[in-house]
Amino acid sequence: MAGRYEENNNVQNPSALQAEAMGPDYAGGIHGMEAEDIAAQIGESETWLDQIKTMVRQNKLAAFSALVILVIILAAIFAPLVAPYDHLEQSLTDRLTHPCAAHWLGTDELGRDVLSRIIFGARVSLTIGLVPTLISMVIGTVLGLCAGYYGGKVDFVIMRLADIMLAFPSLLLAMVVMYTMGGGLINIFIALSLVNWAGTARIVRSQTLSLKEIEFVEAARSIGVKKWTIMFRHILPNCLPSLIVLFTLNIPSAILSEASLSFLGIGAQPPSASWGLMVVRGKKYLFSEPWLSIAPSVAIMIVVMAFNFLGDGLRDVLDPYLKEQ
Amino acid sequence: MENNRKILLEAKNLVKEFYIGGTKKNPQVVHAVSNVDLQIYEGETLALVGESGCGKSTLGRTLIRLLEPTSGEVDFDGQNIVGMSEGQFAGLRRQMQIIFQDPYASLNPRMSVKQIIAEPLVTYGMKNKTELEKQVKALMKEVGIAEEFYNRYPHQFSGGQRQRIGIARAIALRPRLIICDEPVSALDVSIQSQVLNLLKDLQEKYGLTYLFISHDLSVVKFIADRVCVMFLGSVCEIGDTDSLYEKPLHPYTKLLMNAIPKADPRLRNEEKELLSGEIPSPVNPPSGCRFHTRCPYAKEICRQQVPEGKTVGERKVFCHFPLG
Amino acid sequence: MNESVVLDVKNLKSHFFTAKGEVPAVDGVSIQVPAGKIIGIVGESGCGKSMTAMSIMGLLRYPGRVVDGTITLDGRDITHLKPKELSQVRGNELSMIFQEPMTSLNPVYPVGVQVREAILLHQKTTKAEAKQRVLDIFQAVGIPEPEKRYYNYPHQLSGGLRQRVMIGMAMVCRPKVMIADEPTTALDVTIEAQILRLMKRLCAEQGTSIILITHNMGVVAEICDYVYVMYAGKVMEQAETFELFEHTKHPYTQGLLKSIPRLDEKADRLYTIEGVVPNLLHLPKGCSFCTRCDQAQERCFTEKPGLYAAADGHGVRCLKYESGVKMDGE
Repeated sequence: MAGRYEENNNVQNPSALQAEAMGPDYAGGIHGMEAEDIAAQIGESETWLDQIKTMVRQNKLAAFSALVILVIILAAIFAPLVAPYDHLEQSLTDRLTHPCAAHWLGTDELGRDVLSRIIFGARVSLTIGLVPTLISMVIGTVLGLCAGYYGGKVDFVIMRLADIMLAFPSLLLAMVVMYTMGGGLINIFIALSLVNWAGTARIVRSQTLSLKEIEFVEAARSIGVKKWTIMFRHILPNCLPSLIVLFTLNIPSAILSEASLSFLGIGAQPPSASWGLMVVRGKKYLFSEPWLSIAPSVAIMIVVMAFNFLGDGLRDVLDPYLKEQ
Repeated sequence: MENNRKILLEAKNLVKEFYIGGTKKNPQVVHAVSNVDLQIYEGETLALVGESGCGKSTLGRTLIRLLEPTSGEVDFDGQNIVGMSEGQFAGLRRQMQIIFQDPYASLNPRMSVKQIIAEPLVTYGMKNKTELEKQVKALMKEVGIAEEFYNRYPHQFSGGQRQRIGIARAIALRPRLIICDEPVSALDVSIQSQVLNLLKDLQEKYGLTYLFISHDLSVVKFIADRVCVMFLGSVCEIGDTDSLYEKPLHPYTKLLMNAIPKADPRLRNEEKELLSGEIPSPVNPPSGCRFHTRCPYAKEICRQQVPEGKTVGERKVFCHFPLG
Repeated sequence: MNESVVLDVKNLKSHFFTAKGEVPAVDGVSIQVPAGKIIGIVGESGCGKSMTAMSIMGLLRYPGRVVDGTITLDGRDITHLKPKELSQVRGNELSMIFQEPMTSLNPVYPVGVQVREAILLHQKTTKAEAKQRVLDIFQAVGIPEPEKRYYNYPHQLSGGLRQRVMIGMAMVCRPKVMIADEPTTALDVTIEAQILRLMKRLCAEQGTSIILITHNMGVVAEICDYVYVMYAGKVMEQAETFELFEHTKHPYTQGLLKSIPRLDEKADRLYTIEGVVPNLLHLPKGCSFCTRCDQAQERCFTEKPGLYAAADGHGVRCLKYESGVKMDGE
């Protein structure tokens, strides 16, 4: 055991190591927080908007990802203007053309322009990324706040429910919902919202538990502020940074779930242009015209990666729990 | 001291325990406050003194029902507030406020000064915007924060200024009792004296009653009229400040005073008697007198019997063999 | 102050490089530490006392940096040592203890093992010998039942015992200088008194010099031999402890001492130093204390005072004493 200890600390005296590990900001507790005091004195303390600005300056990958996401969102909104063809327009003479000047990404088995379909498909994917994520996070946040603040039986019931949700493979659960209610966009929303709230609830609950012990919450209680006001005015705003991070990281998983559901034939229904659907329709031609599957897959990949990089970047600057370590 | 002064708050046999685990049959319980009797007179400053873990903060919070007592009674203005329904208590709640130790944690970082100070007023129904603004600015002026900082956020202030904002919030509802939970122990010396003076001025102006919780005996000497010394959840000694400092009756009070580093090198005394050992665990407090494990004068009876309160003049001491 | 000086800090300047400008957190500090003495650095938060300690230890990190000055330990310039050489000095000849002993110990190893490693890193001994030395030092710092405590984990010890372990670890290689940064601030007064007595005893027995950094004038008066009072990155006053408390010269030090409530008298109001510590980026043109000083004259706002000798070994950074010899070479 001692041997392993030496490996871990091969250069330094543990006390020096401990000091090193504490980094430049370390200068003791309340009386010794010189670095912070100095920062406060010269007005260096940051709001979280400032922190996002810092991220844009320091984390180029995250900033670039934000730009990519913005471009894709704009393309989706203005799809009819941006796309070279209508995504439903069929042309039987132009079936399965290879990528060329007229059709940059070729055409599918019905002669529809793949690029246009991907641009229109962004509408479906982004809506499915955003709407169910938003709904599930609202549900999760409210339940998490209640569980954390009230504690006791409320906490027990909500968190066991969350455990059950998390114990199911989420795709399976979504499939069950979709099979019972049928395909279509609205049902995908419902299915994905039901599946995803539990994760948010857990995080909000744990933050609420620690925030409600902090003195400003006690101060509000001593004044006699109502419970719901405390929850939404004092606790929720202080969870916001983590929620923003969580939001950007939840979007890609929703997009992937939609793609999987569509691939399994229970998601978006033809002829709507969903990326998942496009991948599955291209499957037949995987060896002769591979771009039919590859192009939408790449689109999914780019969006998912962009959101993940952005989420990681935001977490680095915003998440107080991660920062402390 | 007159005996017929009005009692504002009285704790009777107050107990607060925290359940921290263990089984149903053999629960692990922190005995934070054990059978405390305490009177606070209207208009006075009563200091609650002791080391960490002695239960002074818990007692302060239990007295204003930020924590529900395990058993016992708290009478505020003659009414028992323990077990009172929320609705009944709402009217009394605004009469007792609290100021916290940590000026960084006690203000919500996402609310502006305006919102923080206005919150108690809004909670009790003040809706008129201009009236609200006028009141908040008056409060800011009262505690010495410039009006132009109205829209600023807590992180833009220094520790001392934040503490002033916390004080403004506490006096906004014109309470009768304020629990001051170590209000200056996180502040620098030069700021500490400013805040102490401010507290004294406000007390004079509004006839406030303070319960001043502190571990710093020199600060207590300055601000308090009476002092209550606590050790491990129980009271050692209560008495008026001057005579208690002059002649401690409880051995713990005496050794606590010995331990304070004094800002005068001529008072150095390498031989002075110091408390040895550590503070026992509040989960398994010692039997009998809780101080007996560290007490240099402990005898057999101290290990077995909890000392009864003895009245010595105006003072009360819980010790089998009081000094003096 | 002509005894053998172990640690000599000359004109140390450490700056923070921030987006809003260069912050002079430590601005020309000179400190001499004689062998076997306890030196106090006292000041309010933000005065640069901890930054001075971090600079001496070579622990200052981005955005802070030592920009000027020399640090000499026992005749050897350690200002610009390479990290590897520095880690040989740290913990061996120069050690440090911090305010919060819980975060300073690794929670997953027994405390005895951690102290033993400190010995093995710096000195060639066998494990058994090292363990014996740990037990000896535990005994010396007043840890009861050293054999049993050796195998305890940090969370099993109380705050006072943990600080004793930290002191033991800092002393076990018999360093020439130990820097203690607010070592008793997190502790209760009764424990604080024990730890202060312990430090004083170790200093006398082992001949280690101690730099004690604190905000508490009482702690300084209790155990220090010589005191530096810092304000806004500069030493405002320095003198032997008795001299400083009996013949306080600088208005800032006077104000500090007057604003502490005293045990031996009852006051109605406390003296206050008005205002707040100035922004280090926009210090007054003259004396950095002029905006809060109740004895300031017109000159104080325009002229920077040097550190003048007001008595033997008593330096004051105030124009009132400019007839004295200048003690710093500015």
